[in-house]
Order: sequence, then C-alpha cells, then structure tokens
Amino acid sequence: MSEAIQDKYFVPEAAKWPLVGSISLTILFCGFASYLNGSLLGPTMMVIGFILFVIMLFGWFGQVVNESEAGTYRKWEDMSFRMGMCWFIFSEVMFFAAFFGALYYAREFSVPWLLGDGDGLPTHNLLWPGYTEVWPTNGPDDLGGSDYHMGWWPLPFINTVILLTSGLTVTWAHHAIKVDNRKQFVYGLFLTVLLGFIFVFLQGYEYVYAYDQGMKLSSGIYGSTFFMLTGFHGLHVTLGAIILLVMLVRAMLGHFSGHRHFAFEAAAWYWHFVDVVWLGLFIFVYIL
Amino acid sequence: MNAYSVDHSHDDLHDHGPPPGLMRWVTTTNHKDIGTLYLWFSLIMFFIGGFMALIIRTELFQPGLQIVDPHFFNQMTTMHALVMIFGVVMPAFVGLANWMLPMMVGAPDMALPRMNNWSFWILPFGFAMMLSTLFMEGGGPASGWTIYPPLVLQTGDALPFLIFSIHILGVSSIMGAINIVATIMNMRAPGMTYMKMPLFVWTWFITAYLLIAVMPVLAGAVTMLLTDKFFGTSFFDAAGGGDPVMFQHIFWFFGHPEVYILILPAFGIVSEIIPTFSRKKLFGYSSMVYATASIAFLSFIVWAHHMFTVGMPLAGEIFFMFTTMLIAVPTGVKVFNWVSTMWRGAMTFETPMLFAIGFVIMFTIGGFSGLMLAMTPIDFQYHDTYFVVAHFHYVLVPGAIFAIIAAVYYWLPKWTGNMYDEKLGKAHFWLSTIFVNILFFPMHFVGLAGMPRRIPDYAVQFTDFNQIATIGAFGFGFAQILLLVVAIKCIRGGAKATNEVWEGAHGLEWSVASPAPYHTFSPQPVVK
Repeated sequence: MSEAIQDKYFVPEAAKWPLVGSISLTILFCGFASYLNGSLLGPTMMVIGFILFVIMLFGWFGQVVNESEAGTYRKWEDMSFRMGMCWFIFSEVMFFAAFFGALYYAREFSVPWLLGDGDGLPTHNLLWPGYTEVWPTNGPDDLGGSDYHMGWWPLPFINTVILLTSGLTVTWAHHAIKVDNRKQFVYGLFLTVLLGFIFVFLQGYEYVYAYDQGMKLSSGIYGSTFFMLTGFHGLHVTLGAIILLVMLVRAMLGHFSGHRHFAFEAAAWYWHFVDVVWLGLFIFVYIL
Repeated sequence: MNAYSVDHSHDDLHDHGPPPGLMRWVTTTNHKDIGTLYLWFSLIMFFIGGFMALIIRTELFQPGLQIVDPHFFNQMTTMHALVMIFGVVMPAFVGLANWMLPMMVGAPDMALPRMNNWSFWILPFGFAMMLSTLFMEGGGPASGWTIYPPLVLQTGDALPFLIFSIHILGVSSIMGAINIVATIMNMRAPGMTYMKMPLFVWTWFITAYLLIAVMPVLAGAVTMLLTDKFFGTSFFDAAGGGDPVMFQHIFWFFGHPEVYILILPAFGIVSEIIPTFSRKKLFGYSSMVYATASIAFLSFIVWAHHMFTVGMPLAGEIFFMFTTMLIAVPTGVKVFNWVSTMWRGAMTFETPMLFAIGFVIMFTIGGFSGLMLAMTPIDFQYHDTYFVVAHFHYVLVPGAIFAIIAAVYYWLPKWTGNMYDEKLGKAHFWLSTIFVNILFFPMHFVGLAGMPRRIPDYAVQFTDFNQIATIGAFGFGFAQILLLVVAIKCIRGGAKATNEVWEGAHGLEWSVASPAPYHTFSPQPVVK
C-alpha cells in the first residue's frame, strides 16, 4: 500500500519517436498520393518518408529493447505489451476479413447476379448478353483478356507445407528458449526465417507465372481478389519474416531468457497469424 | 548500460511535473496532457466543421443557387461529416477516456504511454492531409462521407489524399482503442473488479472493441477504392464481375458499428452524471452493462438497413429490419434506467445535469425517428431525405455532442481546480437546446414532404422550414462560443473546487485533488 504506484509501473518520460513516425507516414503517404496523381516529386517523397519510417522503427524499438534488457519492465508492463499485441493481431484479422468478405460477396452475389440471379428479371440479357462465365471470371467485359485459374497444385500446396513447417520450427524455438537452450533457439529461428523467405520467393515465382498466363491484377474480379488477398498476405509474411530476423539477430546477441522473451513470443504470434490467414487463402482462394 | 536507468526515471516521476515549453506537449506521455490535447483538437475541429455546416445552411436559406456552386456545396456536406465524425466526436471521446479512465480505475497512467502520444499526434497530420484536399485540382471529395463508388472515383487529385488520410485516422483510432482495452484489462487497482467499474469505463471498453473490429474494415474498403481507381482492380465495377453495392456492404459493416462508437461513450457519460446530480446510485447498473454489450453485438448484424433501397433480396430486407428494431430493446433499457435513477432523487440542475437530461430527451427523439427508418417499407419513402438528416443529427448533436459538453462541464473543475461560471454554463445549455431544436426539428417535416438531402437547391414549398433551420443553425453555432469562453475562464481562475467537486459524486476520480496532480495515485489505491 505504501509503495508508490510509479515504482510498480514504468511510465516513460518524453517520447520523441512518435513525432518522427507521424512526419514520416505523412511524407510517405503524401508522396504516394502525389505519385498516383502523376507528380514527379512523388517517388522521392516516398523514399524519404520510408527511410524516415525505418529510422523511427529502429529508434523506437531500439529504445524499448534497451529498456527491456536493462530490466525496466516487470510482469505488469509485460502484460500490457501482450494485450497490445493480441489486439493488434485482431485488428489485422479484421483487415483481411474485409478482403475475404469481398471474395465471398463477389462469388455469392455479384457474379450470379450478373448472370440473372437476384430478382430474376431478364435485364442481364440486355446489359451483358452472352455472359455465361462462372467462377473464376474476369467479368462480362473480359477484362485483361484472361482469367486463368490458379489451381492449388503444386506450388500453393508446397507453400502450405512450407508455412506449416515454419509454424513448427518457431514452436521448437519457443520450447528451446523456455529451457534456455540458446543453440536450438537460434537454429529454430533461423529455419523459420529461411522457410518464410522461401515462401515469399515461391509466391513471387507464382506471380510471374500468373502474369505469363495473362492473369493480372486487372483481370476482373478474380484477378482483383486473388492478387489483393495473396498480395497483402505476402506483405505480412515478409514483415513477419523480417520481425523474426530481428529476433534471430537479438537471439545471437544473447538477448532473451527462459522467463523473459516477450518480443520473440509476439513475433511468433504474428507468424501463427499469417499462417492461419494462409490456410484461409489456400481453402477459399485456391481450392474452392 | 543505457540512458533509461530505472532509478533515475523514478526520481523524475516523483519530483517534478511536466517539463516546460512546447516540447512538453509534443513529446508528452502523460494521459492528462494527451487528454487535454485531444480535447482542444476536437474543439478546434468542432468550429471548423461547424463553419462548413453554416456554409451549407446559408446556401439552403433560399431555394435556387445563392452563395456557393453545387460542387463546392457537395464538398462541404462531405467534409462537414468527415470532420465532425473523425475530428470532433471520436477525438473528444478519446480525450475524455485519456483523462478519466486511468483515474477512474486507479491506474498510474494509460497502459502504453508512448503509443498514446502517437495516437494523438498522428491525428493533426491526418486532418491536415484531409483538409488540404479542398485546395486541390478538382476540389475536395464531394461524394458524401460514405464515399460510394463509382461517384467517389470521379474525385480529382483529392482522392488518394482522402484515402490515405482515412488510413492515418484509422491507425490513430486503432492505437487509441488498443491502449484503452489494455488499460482497462491490465491497469485496474486492486479490488476494482469488472462489475465495479464506472459505466463510462464499461462503455469505453466495449467501444474500444468495436473500434478495433471495424476500423480495419474501413481501411480495407478504401484500399479497394484506391486499387479500383489506380491499379485496375474491379471490386466495384460490374464490367469486371464486381459490384458497387459490394462497397456499400463493406462500408456499412464498418459504418454501423461506427455510429455506436459515436454514442456508447456518451451513454457512459450520462450514466455518470445523472446519478451524481440525483444523489442516488445508478438504477440497474448490471443491466446497463449488458444493454451496452447487446447494442455492440447487434451493431454488427444491422448494417444493410442503410441500403434498403439498393435492391436487396426480400429476405435480406426483412432480416435487417428486425435486427435493427431489436436494438430498441437494450436502448430502451438504458433510457428506462436513466429515468428511474432520477425518480425520487434529490435532484439539482447544474449545467452537466441539464445537458445530460437534454441528452436523454433529445437522443430519444432521434432514437424514435431511427425506429421509423428501420422499417423497410417506410424507409423506401424516407431514404435520402431530410428526415434521415434530422434523425442522425438528433442522435449526434443533442446526443453525442451534448454528452461531450456535459462531460466537459462535469469534469472541468477536476481538470482545472476551478469551478466554471454556472450562469454562463446554463445560458450555454438553454441557447444550445433551443437553437438545436429550431435547427433540426423542421428537417423532419421537409424530409417527410420529400426534400432530398445533399442537394444545394430545393422546391419552393420547402422554403419556410429551411429558413427556420438556418436561423437555428446560426444560433446554435454562435452559442458554442460560450463553451470556449467558459472553458478559458475556468482555466484562468474561479472559485476553488473541492476534491469531490459535486455533492453526490462517487468514484476514484473524485478522491484525488482538484486539479488532479500530474501523476495520480501514489500510493496505489485499493477499492473495497
């Protein structure tokens, strides 16, 4: 009762990195918007904004890592971080839900209605005569010229195996750090990162293949949903792999211990999240 | 080993208040500072958004085109809504949460203080981006705040700036909501169980879940707009197999929970104020909690009532009609509980109580008109008329805004240590209440008679009611200057406030000094 509350919970003093974050994001987004509007200044601004953003990430996370290594955080602060990460991942789930929802709506409503479902009126015969395609489709106007169907065999299946295996290796690493087995911890992390980047590489290979077949982002609703869903997932895998790479470097620098390794756990949660999203993609985008 | 040694920073915390100068505000991690920043930001945006509303009302003073051209009129309706929703009501609620939640649950600060700073400081940047679109080639967005394609895709240079500013505002809201959830779940003082939390904490807890669940969906929706416009996707283009209606579904899956985000914290505020000035405990505390949770749950399965006229299958119309009407049940529970709390209470009518009672009455009017709109066949008649405008302005202005103002009067003595000028406060209430009804009540009539919304011109027979509404708008707008005057006067001085401030006030926030010290609760409080 007599202990000051500020001795129990760490409330940091002046934070300078959030401001850098705001400025960098503003430059990055304004640059991107200007680029889309055809301004020559856009790309330069994007590069500056992105570099500033990366500096902010290094600065902010570096400060937190230093504090963590100095033992500033105890159980109470640790729990705040855990909750923050959990709900951040939940918000990411909802972001993907929007795109899965678009896929569902397109397949269950948009396309069938273009074929005359819905209120059962024959208007589609006047608007889109001759349109008979079902999924996959690039629409009544045959946008992009091809709706080549990306099957689940062999590449997506191999990628599924890779991601699921990486989920196992990251769990192996987790078990290792829990008993302070640093060697296995590093090996497990290394394998996870490696598998992650192999996944991204194969995904890139698949995109090149799709474009060779004429199936593009602009190939109607199938291309839109396919590339946006797998694209945002690929971005998240790349991000997750980079986060795990940072954890690998920290593990080799001797950070973390059996009872204190939240940053690694957060990265592992994030990794499992991209894993689960992939399973959704594998089922709803590739198989069904 | 590093610059942030534990002992050093703790000495700092005990010994001194905030560092002086501008950088105090830019780099602050203190929940009270950040709350203050949110509230001032919100007040400034309130006047900007209000100015836009006055341009709209000035144009509508007479039929025919008078002051602005139609394209600019449309920009004003769009920006007025975006500013008021994302720049006024949401930041004001987050500001109140920042100030009060840690004090109400007995916490040293918000759970994630640095992120708290970022949640606020990214907002002015986002709004600078959004407002700058008004000066761009082709003007600002003019599609209405619902940014439906294909219309919104005709926006000029403003489109990508609008979309990215919405992303930034979303990032701000999500970070703020995560912080609030973590604070409530992790930072409560010993003995502060969930069912002992003040209702303002409960309503914000549930609101924060709504925010985390739906802001990313909005981000997804506007991202699809961006790729449809610039990268050749066809989510909302029938020629490619997509559907513009798909956007409406995704948007309103965000949009309907969003309207509860704009009102649930208001419910919490009113549930704090009415018991204090009735000198009675809140009637039906646990039913209030369950009602709030029910409203939040239902908000996810009612979205298509915003699009009854879009051509949905009958089964969809009926489903969304009934789920929507269901919401009246938990909302009715709340109104019943507020009235029952006042029943046989030893009531006094200080300014916060006046605004709270005004809220209960006028929010209920907005609720009833909402019930009318919930009925599909009736909505076919009212859709996109001024009746809808009257409905949501009743729940947002004498609803959400009145609750925010009530909260400001209620907690201002705790923030500043001084009592505000009661006479001016009461004048502010009566002027606001009279003019807000002059402003919005006639809109019901012109709406029922068929005047469409978002159009700068109207048929001659609507003139009288529109002129009355415009007079009300100017009256209400200028009355709000009183709020600024009262706030500044109260900050600069006045009768000293006691710790308890109000005779009937209960809760941890009233146990600390007035003004609340920079760092509250040392030692940590224990709730019995």
